[in-house]
Amino acid sequence: MRGYDAARERRAEQRARALLRSCVPDEAWTIYERFGFLYAQPRGRDYAYLIYPYKPLVAYRTDTRELLGEYCVRFNPADARLPPADDVLAKWLAVTADERGLIATANVAAIGSQLEPARLRRDLDRLADWLRTEPAGGE
Amino acid sequence: MAVMRLLAMRPGQGEILLAEGDVEDPAVERELIAAFRAELDRGMWAAVPVPAPGGRHEAQLVRSFAEIPRDAERVIFFPRAAGG
Repeated sequence: MRGYDAARERRAEQRARALLRSCVPDEAWTIYERFGFLYAQPRGRDYAYLIYPYKPLVAYRTDTRELLGEYCVRFNPADARLPPADDVLAKWLAVTADERGLIATANVAAIGSQLEPARLRRDLDRLADWLRTEPAGGE
Repeated sequence: MAVMRLLAMRPGQGEILLAEGDVEDPAVERELIAAFRAELDRGMWAAVPVPAPGGRHEAQLVRSFAEIPRDAERVIFFPRAAGG
């Protein structure tokens, strides 16, 4: 494994953020910039996922905001990891392209296993507030 | 001209450009196919960001070059998912 180089990692993250921005909807990008997570609702589902860098995907019901479970997946080689924005984009690509395949790969854990439920609820509140107030909000 | 770019996520680098060019040019298409296969051989997944109904955005996983929409501007390679 190469030694840690902060400048190199910063440049990598800048490139990764540009790629992420070019792939996801504008509102999703804005949410990521403001709050540090993405969300994705697979077509025709009544639930969605919060997507954090290096953390499990978190499923929740979109109508009640009930937290459903953590789905632990990683997209990194054993000895290195992608920039945070690339990790998020990899999850977004996989969950929007092949949700069932991704979830079948994941280790499923109860809410609270890796992410604090209070943080998740706070993020869902932020997301709901933002989607309610932004005219173009929603995906 | 239908220019396609093949991009791959790499630790410590962000994305790198593997190949690009006009898919309607047979020589360029061969180069794109070779680069595509090499990434899949490395164990990467390939996805194409695509528009979806209702103004949504989503991605399409592609397992062969033939599955890539001919008008796709980008194919993004990323590491295969594993249980975390």
